[in-house]
Amino acid sequence: MISFYLNGQPYHLDNLDPNLSILNWLRTNMRLTGTKEGCASGDCGACTVAIGSPHPDGTLHYTTTNSCISLIGSLHGKHLITVDALQQQPPHPVQSAMIEEHGAQCGFCTPGFIMSLFALHQNQQGQPASEKDLLETLSGNLCRCTGYRPILDAGRKAMVETWTPGAADPKTQESAHPLQAPDMAGKLTALANQPASIEADSGAWYQVPTDLNALRDLRRQWPESRLIAGSTDLALDITQQLKTLPQLISVERIPELLAIEDSADSLTIGAAATYESFRPALSRLWPAFDPMLSRLGSRQIRYRGTLGGNIGNASPIADMPPPLIALGATLLLDGPEGERSLPLEEFFLDYKVTDLQPGEFIRSVSLLRPGPNEHLFIYKVSKRLDDDISAVLGAFWLRLEQGAVTRCRLAWGGMAATPVRSPAAEQALTGKPWNEATIKTAGAALAGDFKPMSDARASADYRRQVAANLLRRAWLSTQTPAQPVTVTDYA
Amino acid sequence: MRRLPVNSPAPNQSARHLAGASVAHDSAWKHVSGQARYIDDMPEPEGLLHAAVGHSAQAHARILSMDLEAVRSAPGVVAVVTADDVPGHIDIGPVFPGDSVLASGLVEHVGQPIFAVAATSHEAARKAARLARVEYEPLPARITIEQALAAQLFVRPSKTHLRGDPDAVLGQSEYRLQGSHHIGGQEHFYLEGQACLVEPTEDQGAFVHTSSQHPSEVQKLVAEVLGLPIHEVQAEVRRMGGGFGGKETQAAPLACVAALLVRATGRPVKYRLARADDMIQTGKRHDFLNQWDVSFNAAGEITAADISVSGRCGHSPDLSDAIVDRAMFHVDNAYFLPAARVTGHRCKTHTVSNTAFRGFGGPQGMMVSEQVMEDIARQLGKDPLDIRKANLYRPGRDTTQYGQTIEQHILPDLIEQLEKTSDYRQRRQAIRRFNAGSPVLKKGLALTPVKFGISFTAKHLNQAGALVHIYTDGSIHVNHGGTEMGQGLYIKVAQVVATAFQVDLSRVKVSATRTDKVPNTSPTAASSGSDLNGMAALDACEKILSGLVAFGAEHWKVPAEDIHFADNQVHLGDTAVDFADFVQAAYMHRVSLSSSGFYATPRIHFDHERGQGHPFLYYANGAACSEVIVDTLTGEYRVLRTDILHDVGRSLNPEIDRGQIEGGFIQGMGWLTMEELVYSDQGQLMTTGPATYKIPAVSDTPPDFRVDLLADSPNREATVFHSKAVGEPPLMLGISVWCALRDAAASITDYRYSPPLNAPATPEEVLRAVTASELWLASAMEVADE
Ligand SMILES: Cc1cc2nc3c(=O)[nH]c(=O)nc-3n(C[C@H](O)[C@H](O)[C@H](O)COP(=O)(O)OP(=O)(O)OC[C@H]3O[C@@H](n4cnc5c(N)ncnc54)[C@H](O)[C@@H]3O)c2cc1C
Ligand code: FES
Ligand code: FES
Repeated sequence: MISFYLNGQPYHLDNLDPNLSILNWLRTNMRLTGTKEGCASGDCGACTVAIGSPHPDGTLHYTTTNSCISLIGSLHGKHLITVDALQQQPPHPVQSAMIEEHGAQCGFCTPGFIMSLFALHQNQQGQPASEKDLLETLSGNLCRCTGYRPILDAGRKAMVETWTPGAADPKTQESAHPLQAPDMAGKLTALANQPASIEADSGAWYQVPTDLNALRDLRRQWPESRLIAGSTDLALDITQQLKTLPQLISVERIPELLAIEDSADSLTIGAAATYESFRPALSRLWPAFDPMLSRLGSRQIRYRGTLGGNIGNASPIADMPPPLIALGATLLLDGPEGERSLPLEEFFLDYKVTDLQPGEFIRSVSLLRPGPNEHLFIYKVSKRLDDDISAVLGAFWLRLEQGAVTRCRLAWGGMAATPVRSPAAEQALTGKPWNEATIKTAGAALAGDFKPMSDARASADYRRQVAANLLRRAWLSTQTPAQPVTVTDYA
Repeated sequence: MRRLPVNSPAPNQSARHLAGASVAHDSAWKHVSGQARYIDDMPEPEGLLHAAVGHSAQAHARILSMDLEAVRSAPGVVAVVTADDVPGHIDIGPVFPGDSVLASGLVEHVGQPIFAVAATSHEAARKAARLARVEYEPLPARITIEQALAAQLFVRPSKTHLRGDPDAVLGQSEYRLQGSHHIGGQEHFYLEGQACLVEPTEDQGAFVHTSSQHPSEVQKLVAEVLGLPIHEVQAEVRRMGGGFGGKETQAAPLACVAALLVRATGRPVKYRLARADDMIQTGKRHDFLNQWDVSFNAAGEITAADISVSGRCGHSPDLSDAIVDRAMFHVDNAYFLPAARVTGHRCKTHTVSNTAFRGFGGPQGMMVSEQVMEDIARQLGKDPLDIRKANLYRPGRDTTQYGQTIEQHILPDLIEQLEKTSDYRQRRQAIRRFNAGSPVLKKGLALTPVKFGISFTAKHLNQAGALVHIYTDGSIHVNHGGTEMGQGLYIKVAQVVATAFQVDLSRVKVSATRTDKVPNTSPTAASSGSDLNGMAALDACEKILSGLVAFGAEHWKVPAEDIHFADNQVHLGDTAVDFADFVQAAYMHRVSLSSSGFYATPRIHFDHERGQGHPFLYYANGAACSEVIVDTLTGEYRVLRTDILHDVGRSLNPEIDRGQIEGGFIQGMGWLTMEELVYSDQGQLMTTGPATYKIPAVSDTPPDFRVDLLADSPNREATVFHSKAVGEPPLMLGISVWCALRDAAASITDYRYSPPLNAPATPEEVLRAVTASELWLASAMEVADE
């Protein structure tokens, strides 16, 4: 059984298809149709719902998710809030501002925008949000009608308004508003510590273990099972390929997989840590991650997607492996045969093939703290700035001493069947002065390093040309006086 | 006896929210609280089944066999139908034949429906539809415009508009340029995918809830497919979650398939397309190959033009005849072509049949003259804005190549104004300075106008009907033939009706568009929604008013001239009666409180044989100035600022109009920049979802975005309160971004060279233009060195 709250009401579900998405549960089982389906692939945000989770400080924190690619089992111990909770007077400030600013035309995207802005409003607590935060909040919500200007204006306006959900009913003293249920954080904490599962008549199941040994046991017992973290990749098999995944083991509740440990010499990120949860620590260590993470997927995706999922999925266009390979990160793998560590670079064997053994799982990723004279550059190139998969991702780690490159690792996404390094270009750089001539030679050497593909995102020629130019960009960015070298730096 | 409602009289204050007020969309609260119902949100009728289709995997092939056993026996499947099960018409082409409701024998594009399934759930139907075993014999497939042109394969005959003797002028001209470009197509990406719910009615008929811009066509085609008279089928549209032209003809096939399944099962059937199926199975904006040969004088004025536009129509005509017509009508955009030949080809390819999309071919045609303006400027070493201004239509140079005279010259002043308010000249200088000091990032700037012809070019569509009732409490109910897709048509028509009776807008309700309320309607398209339906509603109001005035004159014994509707009251000489009380009195005296209304656009005609006439009642105009920054290492870019000045005549609702302008601009920008449809050589669409097909997202909106409506510019034509259409024209303001990107690339050569740039100008395409400019510069320097 899994237990959670929907708009203030408790739900305990058991006999259910474990592949059921939150969206389909809402729309089909509950006939709550305020939440819309625009794509069922996590890209449009029409299905955005807010999720309240207890925070160690005793309050509720709100995230958003694409309910179309979040499975029902992920709700265990959470408070699911949908637009249906916002149908009473007085309207939420986000709703009033959207009306006043004419932020809805056809209205189909609107509930999703409302929920994205609602979550931001809850977390901002009356403080204005920065422009960057507002844009990131809405980066996963597409609107085809308005062109976004009125929605942004509504967001700015609403953030500083306060809101008290509809007052309690004077007769019963019971809270009349779905969002006023008392001590939600406490109730959720109690639930979240319990292991949970659902099982369908068909025998298909979804397990939510809460400690490492339980996870190991389940993996040993069911080597054919699939691990599920944020499901931002996995659920596409269900919604797009129409596959059935009969055995799912969630890694979302294992403390060891959630931990982010910042020690004197290294940073270790648990495999089940989401982008938004590890972003601050990682960006403190290496600021080059922050701009890239602001463009990895959307806010909704970053609230759900995990590092382990990004690596475990073994996509050649995943954004985390190249910079982590450039930094020489190591994986901690765990499983029936015990623990082992492996340089991340050696984990990827071929297109979507990894070194992960049956029953194994990724526990964490570690990287060293930056040493003196080390530089990291991460460049993501895609058709669209927000929420787009990279055509090319270049990540370069360099040690520059006395104007020369003494060591380097260059790693790439989108250039081959796996994330790869470029040995020829690395060789062309190492030991050479960090100047234009060296960059030219290294750029030319890239031609021997890989043969990229043409696909819907870019042609092979473009990928090659851009890869060489990204090296040049890195070099230019170290020149003085500093010139903006990317269009995102500029604005 | 009937007891009449007790009215609480409205305060006699000026009626609120009449035409001209910026009132919120009538569904605004429902939108923001998730209570606005779209098709898939409607309460589900008892016994509802869900539909899916199996579609062709090949672009062009004969079907040798189709084994549907596995489909029939899949869990939840209740019925499977093929073309053999169609009781009536199989061909459902909207204007010309060519579209089968279900193909049999021959398939002509990937995604063409070949059978349909009804099952107990959406998932069950979709899963079952994938189980068919189909054997094909592949036939040669033509996928590109070039392939179709080479094979002279057209869905409709080519046409030419000719004025003067362009060949003679071209041959003698000192200045001449030739060129061509590809302009990509565009997926509508309405957020609500295609959907309908069809219920069986008595006498084997059907009631169709549909997300369609053209309920009358849905009604007619469903009736034809079922072999019924039209009156046995009714269609209703409450609202769409976006249309943009994509639900003009593309909604009907779904309704027809669902109706066949209703016939087969006797149960209600819902059919909604999953996003990938929607993108694969339904038509899009036509991509075009445009070619030109243009001569001009030393001042940069065009003296002659020979232009051909070739649209990729896909496998069937659909609306392509009129779409390529409109491309031909707009190759001039805002510029006078003294001698011209304009040829339009309707290329047949083995791809999905392309269809209406905001602008309807006009935008693709306009791209020709906008590129030419820049190319002339580069050749003469002038600012493109000066070349644009030199070529604008103005008195004395005011007839189009198809013979229509421009009667109201809005653009010269409008551009002058925008040039000032956008600081075009100062920014041009600032950009030159910036670029000189910035080796990697380059800025570009462009100010481009739009002139867009308003009216359907198929003359008979320029008509509309409405139905207005007043109830005995003074509340008013309106139906009209237009559909609501977010553009605010319902609120605008409601404002028109409130204005006609001078009552608060809150008294007026517009409800779902239904074929049994207003028959034989035209699609809500061609930006005509409020022009046509506003006028029809006004006509209905005027008919009711004339009955009411006659009644008032007789009952209160005042001359008709002394009766005025104002301030929620009826003023009868010295007396004033509350509107609702007056209406009750009229009812008690057996005066009709209901009327239909009708409107047909005057003055329009066109002779398609001669290619001459007056196809448009008027033109809508606007201009945009966009500034971009381009990364010359990757081709990535951003729009930094856009200023828009647009003419909507005397606006019915300024904020709604502004929404159309901003949204249209962003959509046009998306079309010309990041929205790329990629097909394989085998004709398979590779960009089948928002993961690979990128429409503008929130960060793409210019951080500095200034939009103004042109002040004091009532439409000279007798349109509804002298407003102007606003649905499509702003899309073409997005051309300013495309031109600005090209300008940034040209800056590398100090604006001496005009690099090629196809649309969409993705980062990859922009990098190509940058590289071409760099190569040009390198060879120019070599020549200079020698
Ligand atoms: C709209 C959208 C945008 C996206 N944008 C980007 C982007 O910009 N850049 C990018 O890189 N990715 C992007 N992705 C892909 C995806 O979000 C990321 O790869 C994400 O990190 C996957 O994490 P997850 O937790 O959701 O993984 P899941 O979907 O839960 O799992 C993915 C795979 O990893 C396996 N797995 C999960 N956890 C473990 C573990 N601990 N050990 C071993 N295997 C494990 C699963 O079994 C599964 O095979 C996007 C996805 C969507 C839907
Ligand atoms: S429906 Fe599009 S993101 Fe979920
Ligand atoms: S209002 Fe229509 S998609 Fe946003």
